[in-house]
Amino acid sequence: MSAQAVEPAASIPASTFGGSVAEYLRQIQTIAAKDLRSEMRTKEALNASISFSIVILVLFSFAFDPSSDQLQEFSGGLLWVVFSFAGALVLNRSFARETQNDCLDGLLASPTPASALFLGKSLANYALLLAVEAVSLPVFALFYNLHWTGLFWPLVMVMLLGTWALTMIGTVFSALTVNLRLRELMLPTLVYPLMIPALMSAMTLTTDFFSGTPLGPDNMIWVRLMVAFDVIFTAVAIAVIDTVLTG
Amino acid sequence: MTAVAIEGVFKYYGDFPALRDIGFTVSEGSTVALLGRNGAGKTTLLRIIAGLSKASQGQVRIFGEDVREDSTRRRVGVLGHGLSLYDELSATENLVIFAKLYGVSEPKKMALAWLERTGLERVRDGLVREFSRGMRQRLAVARAFIHDPDVLLFDEPFTALDDRAIAVLQSLLDDAHKRGRTIIMSTHQLKEALMLATHVAMIRHGEMAYTGERTQQMLDDTGFLYRTYEDA
Repeated sequence: MSAQAVEPAASIPASTFGGSVAEYLRQIQTIAAKDLRSEMRTKEALNASISFSIVILVLFSFAFDPSSDQLQEFSGGLLWVVFSFAGALVLNRSFARETQNDCLDGLLASPTPASALFLGKSLANYALLLAVEAVSLPVFALFYNLHWTGLFWPLVMVMLLGTWALTMIGTVFSALTVNLRLRELMLPTLVYPLMIPALMSAMTLTTDFFSGTPLGPDNMIWVRLMVAFDVIFTAVAIAVIDTVLTG
Repeated sequence: MTAVAIEGVFKYYGDFPALRDIGFTVSEGSTVALLGRNGAGKTTLLRIIAGLSKASQGQVRIFGEDVREDSTRRRVGVLGHGLSLYDELSATENLVIFAKLYGVSEPKKMALAWLERTGLERVRDGLVREFSRGMRQRLAVARAFIHDPDVLLFDEPFTALDDRAIAVLQSLLDDAHKRGRTIIMSTHQLKEALMLATHVAMIRHGEMAYTGERTQQMLDDTGFLYRTYEDA
């Protein structure tokens, strides 16, 4: 096909664009802000997730005697089961939101690297999951008569590390299952088995802190395991996300 | 200079060949009307050119570069069937997001300018979910243009537009053509497309049926192409 005689296209001035690292960070921030703004407008995932976690906590309180000593032994497990299930509701919406109007095509056609798209979405998911946990934790402590403020900062550290693990794996599998009809079922089925090391660590440490055991040589191994898990799965997620999104 | 080079592209969905040995080049500054019946493979081809789908065989290069390169995608504007707009965000917010992703220096200013050009300035703060299909289409056109791309890939750009909006889009495309931009658009609106096109590419059952310059005969008799190359 031959060219029509037209004047050559004017190129976009280089000054229009910032440096590559600054631009990468701006793209991450744009995606995260977009997801948070969308969620704040509809509150679809947030309302569902908070409601679900509170209902489950109330139902569990009927099943277990809050005054029993045994409760403290599995309090961490109980709490993280709730966090994980409630988190799946938030994570399911992450890429599902992009299927409406083929928005994912718009993002993939833009010069946004898949890793920036992934990290932006992960940051938004992380903030939403932490918000759900911030509401659920005091409710849990209230219903189960637990002293959670004694070792508050170590508990916060465990929540930050455990939630990051859930966010990383959940966001990757949210992208992987976005076009499946049974994605609501597939996401937890794929995520929870992979989460076992991080969940075990988070559950053990949370139980320790609820029972008043401080961070020490005995339980430091669980912190190291969570940090290693977070670092490894963040790196793996960034490495595979381009293939996951574009095939 | 060659803007878009398509070489031996095949696309299979399972065993079904959606595209078979598609190959042509588009020179910089050309406007190509990509024609064909429903299911001929126009959208599949546009998605491969845009880098949204991978060819089973063959390759597409834009200005000599792989379309998946960030630097290449920066030079391409895409308008697909789905429009790629967020219903829960306002018109301005939608444009600002994409302007930022494309690295436009003044995203808000550019967004407002394009809302004005597409006649949407009065609803700039309105949520997209409240827009009619035609308004969404115009907003999606603004989104595709906002970073001043060198190559525009439009899939059915005239869909759902009324006469006035079609005139606005034709004027935008004509302006882009005059500024040397390369345009490939698939459409069923033959009259509107052929008025803008410098070249025509016709796909029939996943194969190239015709590529060449748009002639006066095509303009005078818009059914000519289909009668000659599609129904033959």
